[in-house]
Amino acid sequence: MTTKDTVYIALFAALTAALGLIPQITLATGVPITAQSMGIMLAGALLGAKRGGLAIVLFLVLVAIGLPLLAGGRGGAGVFFGASGGFLLGFPIGAFIIGFLFDRHVGQPPFLLSLIYVIIGGIGVVYLLGVPWLAQVADLTLAQAFTGSIAFVPGDIIKSVVTVIIAREVRRALPDL
Amino acid sequence: MLDLYQAGTSPIHMLRPGWKILSLAIAGSALFAVDHILFSAGLLVTTLVLYHLAGLPLSRAWAQIRPALWVFGLIFVAQIIFNDWLIGLYAVVRLAVLLMLAGLLTLTTKSSDMIDGITEGLGPLRRIGVNPDRVSLAISLTLRFIPVLSHVVQDVREAQRARGLDRNILSLAIPTIVRTIRMAEEVSDAIDARGS
Repeated sequence: MTTKDTVYIALFAALTAALGLIPQITLATGVPITAQSMGIMLAGALLGAKRGGLAIVLFLVLVAIGLPLLAGGRGGAGVFFGASGGFLLGFPIGAFIIGFLFDRHVGQPPFLLSLIYVIIGGIGVVYLLGVPWLAQVADLTLAQAFTGSIAFVPGDIIKSVVTVIIAREVRRALPDL
Repeated sequence: MLDLYQAGTSPIHMLRPGWKILSLAIAGSALFAVDHILFSAGLLVTTLVLYHLAGLPLSRAWAQIRPALWVFGLIFVAQIIFNDWLIGLYAVVRLAVLLMLAGLLTLTTKSSDMIDGITEGLGPLRRIGVNPDRVSLAISLTLRFIPVLSHVVQDVREAQRARGLDRNILSLAIPTIVRTIRMAEEVSDAIDARGS
């Protein structure tokens, strides 16, 4: 890994933290959405599997050691044991999977395919870890935990679309990222 | 540095970060492995005693769980509907203990000490190709980049305001990311030139 890779990893960890500072928007359905998960999607789509995954691992290390970088100013090791701990663990794996799917293309994947990749990693993988964890921690069945989480999916899809638009423009400006 | 640390000289403050992290991991695993409400209740009392030993008022312990109260409420109500109130109470107590213990680690350990602890702890991972110095570099760079990013956002916003685009997330995000990536390249060249 080169110095440039290390610096990029740090930059996207910082970007994910900075996105958590943007005040959350409340959808018409009353569900809050934060921009933070776009950091996970962008890291995977722009840095690829290894660097993207490591950027989010780094972000979570900083959260774990007590910096209040999660959306809403939360931080500390406790957040990993809470109800949303599984979603947090899903973040770096999701970024890795998005990066892995993007890495299979030489140039940019087409728009729709990029969107599918971001949805698989940024929503699919994250919920795959988050929902069973929520069920375990809260002593709920999987179906109950899933029903409780589904309200966040529309917001996540909006974020996926915005991420793909941003990632394509950035890659156009910086083709050899 | 932005930090949740509460200065103090108690034995818990003095304990090495690595031990504290390890103890938290063991207590957290035990809470789920020993599936008995008396064990969770015992750990709850122990946790409150540890807060006292650390010289922290019980209001600090309460502050750790206050943001999660609505989650507790949801879990409790769901358990009353699907099981009974005792299981609900058990689930809530277990979660509260975890949050308070993790909070204790955060409140009694400086972030910089925690970073040193991590770098030290990563030593054995050299063999599988992890370079602890690289990890320290990445951590310090991230902490430096966060304020830089908000600065760049301000600059871009001002530039876009002149064009009436300052309320469009895309016209803010794309130039910000492109600009900071270019800056990251310069930083990386500077680090390489300095030979560290």
